[in-house]
Amino acid sequence: MLAQSVFLILAVVALSSGVMVITRRNPVHSVIWLIVTLFSVGGIFLLQYAQFLFAVQIILYVGGIMVLYLFVIMLIRVETVAKQAPYSRQWAIGLGAVLVLACELMYGVYKGVESFHLGTPSRPPVDMNNTEAVAGVLYNNYMLPVEIASLLLLVAMVGAVLMAKKRFE
Amino acid sequence: MFNDAVQFVENYPLLVAAIKIVIVFLVLSGVVAYMVLAERKVLAFMQARLGPMRVGPWGLFQPAADGLKLLLKEDIIPAGADKFVFLIAPVISVVAAFTVFAVIPYGPSSALIITDLNVGLLFVVAVSSLGIYGIILGGWASNSHYPLLGSLRSAAQLVSYEIPAGMAIVGVLLVSNSLSLVKIVEAQQSSGLWNFFLQPLGFLIFLIAAVAETNRNPFDLPEAESELTAGFHTEYSGFRFALYFMAEYTSMVLVSALAVVLFWGGWLRPFASVAALDFLNYLPPVSLLMIAGVVFFFARRNPVPAEKWFLVAVAAGSAVLAGVVAVPVVITAVQPIFWFTAKVFALLYAFIWYRATFPRYRYDQLMNVGWRWLIPLALGNLIATACVLWWAGPNPGRLKLFFAMLAANLAVAIVVALLVGWRSPTAAAVEKQTGS
Amino acid sequence: MPEVTYLDADELVINMGPQHPATHGVLRVKLKLDGERVTGSECIIGYLHRGIEKIAENRTYQQFAPYVDRMDYVAAVTNGMGYCEAVEKLLGAEIPPRAQYTRMILAELQRIASHLLWLGTHALDLGAMTPVFYTFREREEILRIFENYCGARLTTHAFRIGGLLYDLYDGFEKEVRKFSDMFLGKIDEYEQLLTKNRIWLERTQNVGILKAEDAIAYAVTGPVLRGSGVKWDVRKAQPYEAYDKVEFDVPVGRHEGWGDTYDRYLVRLAEMRQSVRIIRQAVERLESGPIFGKVGKIIKPPAGFEVYHAIESPKGELGYLVVSDGTTHPYRVRVRPPSFVNLQAFDLMARGHLIADVVAIIGTIDIVLGEVDR
Repeated sequence: MLAQSVFLILAVVALSSGVMVITRRNPVHSVIWLIVTLFSVGGIFLLQYAQFLFAVQIILYVGGIMVLYLFVIMLIRVETVAKQAPYSRQWAIGLGAVLVLACELMYGVYKGVESFHLGTPSRPPVDMNNTEAVAGVLYNNYMLPVEIASLLLLVAMVGAVLMAKKRFE
Repeated sequence: MFNDAVQFVENYPLLVAAIKIVIVFLVLSGVVAYMVLAERKVLAFMQARLGPMRVGPWGLFQPAADGLKLLLKEDIIPAGADKFVFLIAPVISVVAAFTVFAVIPYGPSSALIITDLNVGLLFVVAVSSLGIYGIILGGWASNSHYPLLGSLRSAAQLVSYEIPAGMAIVGVLLVSNSLSLVKIVEAQQSSGLWNFFLQPLGFLIFLIAAVAETNRNPFDLPEAESELTAGFHTEYSGFRFALYFMAEYTSMVLVSALAVVLFWGGWLRPFASVAALDFLNYLPPVSLLMIAGVVFFFARRNPVPAEKWFLVAVAAGSAVLAGVVAVPVVITAVQPIFWFTAKVFALLYAFIWYRATFPRYRYDQLMNVGWRWLIPLALGNLIATACVLWWAGPNPGRLKLFFAMLAANLAVAIVVALLVGWRSPTAAAVEKQTGS
Repeated sequence: MPEVTYLDADELVINMGPQHPATHGVLRVKLKLDGERVTGSECIIGYLHRGIEKIAENRTYQQFAPYVDRMDYVAAVTNGMGYCEAVEKLLGAEIPPRAQYTRMILAELQRIASHLLWLGTHALDLGAMTPVFYTFREREEILRIFENYCGARLTTHAFRIGGLLYDLYDGFEKEVRKFSDMFLGKIDEYEQLLTKNRIWLERTQNVGILKAEDAIAYAVTGPVLRGSGVKWDVRKAQPYEAYDKVEFDVPVGRHEGWGDTYDRYLVRLAEMRQSVRIIRQAVERLESGPIFGKVGKIIKPPAGFEVYHAIESPKGELGYLVVSDGTTHPYRVRVRPPSFVNLQAFDLMARGHLIADVVAIIGTIDIVLGEVDR
């Protein structure tokens, strides 16, 4: 009961602040609302006893990436960007995407949960906590994909640095 | 009576937690307030002056006067400021700084632990990284150049130094094999070796990064008064300024407490496993008696009668307290909290000491220290720690592990120093300018 | 789509001062910045202009003497010394040895006091907050000696044209000796805090580099010139008072042909030691005798003479050009203020450095705006 009401509150906060993100004119305000969204999603993770995911959500997204967002926004000229409103022309495409997504969701709701083949959530062993379970899965079962993904990110990072360096030289 | 208390704790866990939080909050606020006074006093003594002397004997009531003054001052919101963000920013800073104390263990008994999260360490890193928002948003919302520059500087600084700090913490995590702060201390207890001895390099990295993350000298560029007036909080006044101030000092206490838990054995007595040093257990009453003696000595020389009697009362109170603490049951009960506090205060003193000693780094030099030295060192430390643990296998001997870690740390330090120190970037610039 | 880059970091012009804690008064520096790097600068001065040179034309020679103290107000004694000597040179007056040595002692004490103020504020600008309290503690001792001698601490008006007004007070020698014994140890104390401090080295070494040929081309003098490795000191090159009768060295920077902020720091510290050396010798040679030369109550130099006299003030070559027209008033007094001339090299030193270095470079030139603006 308690868990459900907490979930409802978090979900409503996440959705409504998500709406705020895309409706704010000032990009800094958008970022603040995005932080609120990420926080509530983190709360939902916590509600599912996924403490590790919660912590990573906060550390990476809220503590790291959003700070960089703010950093970039402060370096550019907010006033000129606000005047140009570069995305307002694409509202038709956006509307189409929203319609498709809404249809999909409605179809899903109409069919009900039972019609989908969902995997049964695996419970971690009792003597292990959530973090150890995640670590075990990532570094034992899926070692290669993790390494490939990290390599990809490294390449992206080095590429970005190179591009920035070339521009300033 | 005792059973009733146990029953109460079991029936109302949330209420008990709330009571603990309130107690920690109040104690912490007191510590922070007196930390400011202690800093001013210690700095003053290091600089051949007296520091605050007016409010109460030896300026002892200065924090109260400061707090009252800041409360009563006008809360100015600059024209053109983003009002909502401007108002909320200092609150974020303070909340982030205070929240982390929820997972810090002050002692082994459950009464001294608010909550033992099994991802406690991640929680600490996560929440303390939120404090940066208070700084960035406050600087941005002020609609002024110097605060904006200050907040940008500190954003870059905090993000940069969180990386080595995090990696140093991972080293501890490898050695202690847990993310729970309580278990980390217990691991140090059972191995009989503080993590400081296993991770000396990690401690050094963590300490430097901690000073940088709390914006303290020599890394206090975000508030460098000779360059940026006051940095991000230039436009703040009144109680909102006080909130920023509180957040800064709370973070200092926080990183000190964290360093104590992670590296200095938390609530453990130094050399807890050496029976010959058991006389150290009597340090709590002895130190209280010493305080009483010092206060009494100063009380005799104080010319103002009211202050004199106040100091005498304080001395008498400390002496009585020393007597109470000397009771065998009490003396064991106060051990953890005493050692924890003593270690935290030692680190806080070091913070003040740095401020009296060091000049300030320049921005590019700060980044240099972070990216060219600390991050390679932290990475090397991490790899070396993992290798040593793998080599030593499960349940290695204490001395074997200590010497292996020491050797690995030294090797990492030497290799990184050789690689990084090979050619400094300033040498080329000098050649260009002097033509030599 | 038109190419719009929001990340264009264009040049930013910011103003430092005239109200800024690190510009040591009312200097206003316009900085052209690329990011935090200085690409150009301009010093805007005149906020403290009081027309001191013009005032001189409406005062008698003696009346003008107190005004010069208000130029370099942290080294008033040397200012007065330069002016008095210039007028004495105009008159061709002889100064008795006791007055000469007293002047030298006070001037060297003043040099120490000025350097102490510089050291404290320079360190404070670079973030080291402790040295300033130590240096002010010792400066206080010097100011106390001044106060005992002439009743004033800052703008002393210690000397008169022709010699001294007051003879030394009882115990002066003892106090000065005590100070010089104590002070050498104190310099070591400052050095412990700074000289080998890694952060201090990083903040000062290779910052504000000034090549010797540039320094000479810009007519830079004093510790800034000597920091660049040029051994030029007016006390040695054109000795005045009795500087040719005492032994002292002229410290220079570490490098051949150029110098940085750290060199200038070392030079000033070494100069304080040399000053103590001069003071010790001068105190030994103080002998009883007259303190005032043969100069009349009314000073009326013959018309059409002009004289330029320079001394080594703590900041550099402080010169006075005095032109007489046969009346009791000087026809023209022109001051060559070392701070003003040295400040010209600021742009040269600051280019290519970061904002934080601007603070260090302003500090290392050791300017006093009262002297720059006059």
